[in-house]
Amino acid sequence: MFYIIQQTLNALQLGSIYALIALGYTMVYGILTMINFAHGDLFMVGAFLCFVAATFFHMSFIPALLLSILGTALLGVVIEKFAYKPLRQAPRVSAIITALGVGIFLENFTLALNPYPRFIPPLVCNLTWTFGELSFSLLQVMIITLSVILMLLLDFTVRRTMVGMAMRAISWDKSVAPLMGIPVNRIISATFAIGTGLGGAAGMMYGLAYPVIDPYMGIMVGWKAFISAVVGGIGNIRGAMIGGFILGAVEILVAAFFPSTYRDFVAFALLLVLLIFRPHGILGKPHAQKV
Amino acid sequence: MSRPYLVVSELSISYGNISAVRKVSFRVDEGEIVTLIGANGAGKSSILRALSGLIPFSGTVMFRGTDLGNMPPDRIVALGVAHVPEGRGIFGNLSVLENLRLATWQRKDGDGVRRDLDRVLALFPRLNERKEQPGGTLSGGEQQMLALGRAMMSRGNLLLLDEPSMGLAPVLVRDIFRVLRELNGEGTTILLVEQNAHMALQTASRGYVLETGRIVLTGTGRELDADPRVKEAYLGK
Ligand SMILES: Nc1ncnc2c1ncn2[C@@H]1O[C@H](COP(=O)(O)OP(=O)(O)O)[C@@H](O)[C@H]1O
Ligand SMILES: [Mg+2]
Repeated sequence: MFYIIQQTLNALQLGSIYALIALGYTMVYGILTMINFAHGDLFMVGAFLCFVAATFFHMSFIPALLLSILGTALLGVVIEKFAYKPLRQAPRVSAIITALGVGIFLENFTLALNPYPRFIPPLVCNLTWTFGELSFSLLQVMIITLSVILMLLLDFTVRRTMVGMAMRAISWDKSVAPLMGIPVNRIISATFAIGTGLGGAAGMMYGLAYPVIDPYMGIMVGWKAFISAVVGGIGNIRGAMIGGFILGAVEILVAAFFPSTYRDFVAFALLLVLLIFRPHGILGKPHAQKV
Repeated sequence: MSRPYLVVSELSISYGNISAVRKVSFRVDEGEIVTLIGANGAGKSSILRALSGLIPFSGTVMFRGTDLGNMPPDRIVALGVAHVPEGRGIFGNLSVLENLRLATWQRKDGDGVRRDLDRVLALFPRLNERKEQPGGTLSGGEQQMLALGRAMMSRGNLLLLDEPSMGLAPVLVRDIFRVLRELNGEGTTILLVEQNAHMALQTASRGYVLETGRIVLTGTGRELDADPRVKEAYLGK
C-alpha cells in the first residue's frame, strides 16, 4: 500500500514536469500548426537560468522561479519573432527545420558557456516526511503543487479570458481572427511567452529534482514531452496535461517491473500502440482542415 | 451635404502577377446601402479584403477622412469597419456567446457591450437558445445571424458583407435582408457584395457591377435591376 502511494507520488512528480513541457508544444501547434522542436532546449535554458540565479545571484526559490519563467518566455518570443515569423507563409517543413536549428544553436551556445555539467544548489530545504515505508520530500510536494497551480491558471486563461478566446479563435481560423479586431501577432507572441515560460518552469523544477544539468538534458525530456502532447491530442491543452501524466505513470510503472534499461523502450512502445488505436490522441479530434 | 464617408480611388489588387482588381473607384455615403455585384471571380471578395486591411493594394481608400492604406486590420476594426467574410467565418470551436464577445475586442465600454449583447440575443432568439453551443453546430442560417450579431457587437459603423445569402434557403435570405434593412435604419452604412443580384439591387440605394476586376456599370438599385445587361448577365433567364 505504502509502496503504491510512493510510486504514485513519483509518477505525479515526473508527469507534472512532462505535462508542463507538453503544454508548450501543444499551444504552439494549436496556434501555428507547427512543432517547435526547440522547445526541449528552452526547457534546458530554464534549468540553466535557475542555476545562474541560485549560484551567481544567490536567489531564493520564488525569485529564481520568476527568472526562469520570464527569461525563457522572453527567449521564446524573440525566437518566434526572428526565426519563425518570417517563415509563416513558407512550407511547414521550413519552419520545422528552422526549429531544429534553433534547438541545436541553444544547446551549443549553452555548451560554449558551460563545458562541464553543472550542479544546482538546493533551493528548497531538504525536508522529508516518513510514514512507515512511505517517504516524500518537500521538494516533491512543491513540484506537484506548483505544476498543478500553473496548469489550472493556464486552463482558466484559455477557457475564460479574452486572450484565451483569441488563441482558440486563431487556432480555428487565422484569416478571420483579424476581422474581430484581434491583434494576431501579439496573441501569437503571448502564446509563445506562456508556452515557453511553462517549459522554463519545468526546467527549473526538473533541475531541482535531478540537480546535475547539462546542455543536452532537454533532448530526451523534450521528445518525451512531445510524445505526451501527441498522446493527449496535439493542439489540445487538457490533452497535453493528461498525456504528460500518462507518460510519467507509464515510466514509473515500467521501472517498477522491468530492469531500468527497459524503461524508455517499453514506455515508447506502449505509446505507439495507443496511437495506433487513437491516431489523433486521447482528446484530439480529427479537425477538418479549412482552406 | 455630408462629408465623404468611404471613398475608394483607383484600387488595384494583384496576387503575385495575377491582377484581380484593376483601378476600381467607387464611393459609399453615410447611411447608404450600396451593393457590388458580379460573377464568381470578378474580384468582389478581394475588394472587401483590401478595405479591411487583410491584403495589400494600390490606390487609396479613405474612410471618414482616414487613409486605410497600410493600416493593420485590428486598427481598421477599431475605426468602425465590420467585415462579415465570405463563408461567414464563424469560429466553430467557440460557443455562440464567445463568438459574440470576441468581436468586442477593440471596445472598452463594458456596460455598452452588455447592452449590445442583450440586444443581439433579443434580435436573434435562435442564437439565444443556442448560446452555449459551439458555433460549428449551428445551421448555415444561424451562422449568418451569428456573423451579423458579431458585426453588431463590434459596433461597426460600416458593415462589409460578403455574399450573406450564399447557400441559404430563400426564406432565410429574406430574414437576413430584413435584418440588414433594420440595421441600416438604425444608422449602419452597408456595402453589400452579392452574386444574388436581384435581392441585393432591390435592397440597395445604389449599385456597381464588377466584371473581371473592373466596374462596368453603375446606377441606382432600381435602374440596375431593370437594366437588360444586368438581367442577362446576373439575374439569369
Ligand atoms: N489568395 C488568392 N491567391 C491567388 N489568386 C486569388 C486569391 N484570391 C482570389 N484570387 C483570384 O482573384 C480573382 C478575384 O477573386 P475574388 O475576389 O475571390 O472574386 P469574387 O469574390 O468576386 O468571386 C479571381 O480570379 C481569383 O482566382
Ligand atoms: Mg467572393
